[in-house]
Amino acid sequence: MQSDATTDDLTPGAVPPVRRIMVDAEPTVVERPRRSNGGSADGDGAGPAGGATAAVTRATPSAGPKVERMRAEAVTIAYSEKEAVKSVSLRVRQGEVLALIGPSGCGKTTMLRSFNRLVELTPTATRTGIISIDGEDIDEIEVTGLRRRVSMVFQQPNPFPMSVFDNVAYALREQGSGRPSKEELMPQVSDSLERAGLWAEVKDMLDHPALRLSGGQQQRLCIARALAADPEVLLLDEPCSALDPKSTQVIEELILRLRDEVAVVIVTHNMQQALRVADHVGFMYLGELVEYGPAEQVFGRPRQQRTRDYVGGAFG
Amino acid sequence: MATTGWRPTDPAGTIESWPLVDRIGYRLAWAAGITLCLIAASVVLFLAVKGIQFISFDLLADRPIADIDQSKSGGFRDPLIGTVLLTVIGTLLAIPIGVATALWLTEYGRPTRLARAVESGVEVVAGTPSIVLAIFGLLIFSQGVFSFLSFTDTGGAVFGRSFFAAGAMMSLIALPLVVGATREALQSVPGHVREASYALGKTKAATIRRVLLPAVRPGIGTGAALGMGRIAGDTAIVILLLGASLQLQGVGGAPVVGDLRGTGSTLTSYVYLNSPAGEGNAPEKAYAAAFVLLMIVIALNYSISRIARGRQGGLSSAV
Repeated sequence: MQSDATTDDLTPGAVPPVRRIMVDAEPTVVERPRRSNGGSADGDGAGPAGGATAAVTRATPSAGPKVERMRAEAVTIAYSEKEAVKSVSLRVRQGEVLALIGPSGCGKTTMLRSFNRLVELTPTATRTGIISIDGEDIDEIEVTGLRRRVSMVFQQPNPFPMSVFDNVAYALREQGSGRPSKEELMPQVSDSLERAGLWAEVKDMLDHPALRLSGGQQQRLCIARALAADPEVLLLDEPCSALDPKSTQVIEELILRLRDEVAVVIVTHNMQQALRVADHVGFMYLGELVEYGPAEQVFGRPRQQRTRDYVGGAFG
Repeated sequence: MATTGWRPTDPAGTIESWPLVDRIGYRLAWAAGITLCLIAASVVLFLAVKGIQFISFDLLADRPIADIDQSKSGGFRDPLIGTVLLTVIGTLLAIPIGVATALWLTEYGRPTRLARAVESGVEVVAGTPSIVLAIFGLLIFSQGVFSFLSFTDTGGAVFGRSFFAAGAMMSLIALPLVVGATREALQSVPGHVREASYALGKTKAATIRRVLLPAVRPGIGTGAALGMGRIAGDTAIVILLLGASLQLQGVGGAPVVGDLRGTGSTLTSYVYLNSPAGEGNAPEKAYAAAFVLLMIVIALNYSISRIARGRQGGLSSAV
């Protein structure tokens, strides 16, 4: 990926962000100048009202390097006889946000849960195909170890019934004997809270029960908790659907800040959100990955009719 | 929640428009609730009036003594201690077994048939009258292998009656309540909270220990408090399995263990024996003891509702 010189010629607010897409190739991104705040949901007035895709503000692509972290090859997941995911292949890269979109029951959450093998908790679930992390088959990795590398945040904010500090330290404390002291854990805990943008709000109340925090703070605490073990991949399962718009915006900004440090996969049924945060988009429908590509292409020039029908709502 | 143009409807305001059956039902519901309140209030008032006039510090602090002259028959210190001891033993046994049962049923429960059998077992124990548990306990604890739990006669016959024996059977009374309350609390913890723990690389055991047990602590407390109330109120097991001796009769040997291997009584057996139905025929002391017992049980009930209210700030309502 390279920054194009023509970027400088674009007057912010006058011309929509443009990406040149080469079919089946790494996206060559024609970048707009980076916004100072890392890309808020609104407010810089990008694009005239007349532009087709310009009405929704796109996140600025990351300038950082893109590193492939995970790879799914022909993954099929079935619950009993019913196939929830049908032969899906995709890549998860650090430095960008991959959004899985699609209507309810299309398999996007099942796909997400297969990345950290959480899908195995469903007794009837079976999976074929290969999922790998850094070239290593995830089935070969001890599952608790894998889940420390591939962390997850859920739809409902679900802090544990313990203090703010203990929630973040949870993943750091090894099972069994040898509990590290609070002082030893403090640097990692404060760092995680910092990365989740929560440190300033909770630094004086680390001993308070986490369940006393507001919904948006609880969800950021869950993100901090997921970041504590320093994962390579962060899975987000509709992380904002239980939150108010303000908290949603805070978390979306957070996602964009995090994508350079950790590969982010987000499942969302909110098209606007996918448009705001995603660099890559996979559109799933009835278990199939109908369309997969750079966000600009999937939203701007979908190749499939089904994608066109679905994402049509995003611009309406 | 801000709503406009909508006000809660006052049922009393529109009741005249209801069908007859609903109007009758509505008034019956009111009457039933008020009647129960009145009954509860009259029990407490009656015992308060009857009990407080006889109650004194001496009564609480003196040991009971068998004497026809009621002024010399002492107080109910020993039965009070007996109630506390038996409640503590029964609860201490019931909590770990009950919590373990509830955890296994809720979090594992495989094979399903075994789980159903365990559930039925808990229900059978819950439904067994305590007098049946008592006679069963007597049979069991009179066996030679359990001689260490009670007094052994010179002829080698095991007495089978002691705080240990009675406490073990009392725990069966509390057990279903602990199991039920703990299961309910576990079921109210959303599945995604467990998954969040697995997703952080924790095993199921670690999840139970670090997340679920802290989350269900108020539920365990509720079940334990309910069970304590039932233990404090039971009479049959005391009469059959504790010996219902007027005073604490230690077996000797080690100080605490000797007492626990010995017999004694509780407030319930004291009330029974001193009531006109029993031998003591000291109704004023029975009233005083009954009042103390009632206060203990009301205090336990109050603590239950405190715990239950504290729970509303817990996991199940916040997520």
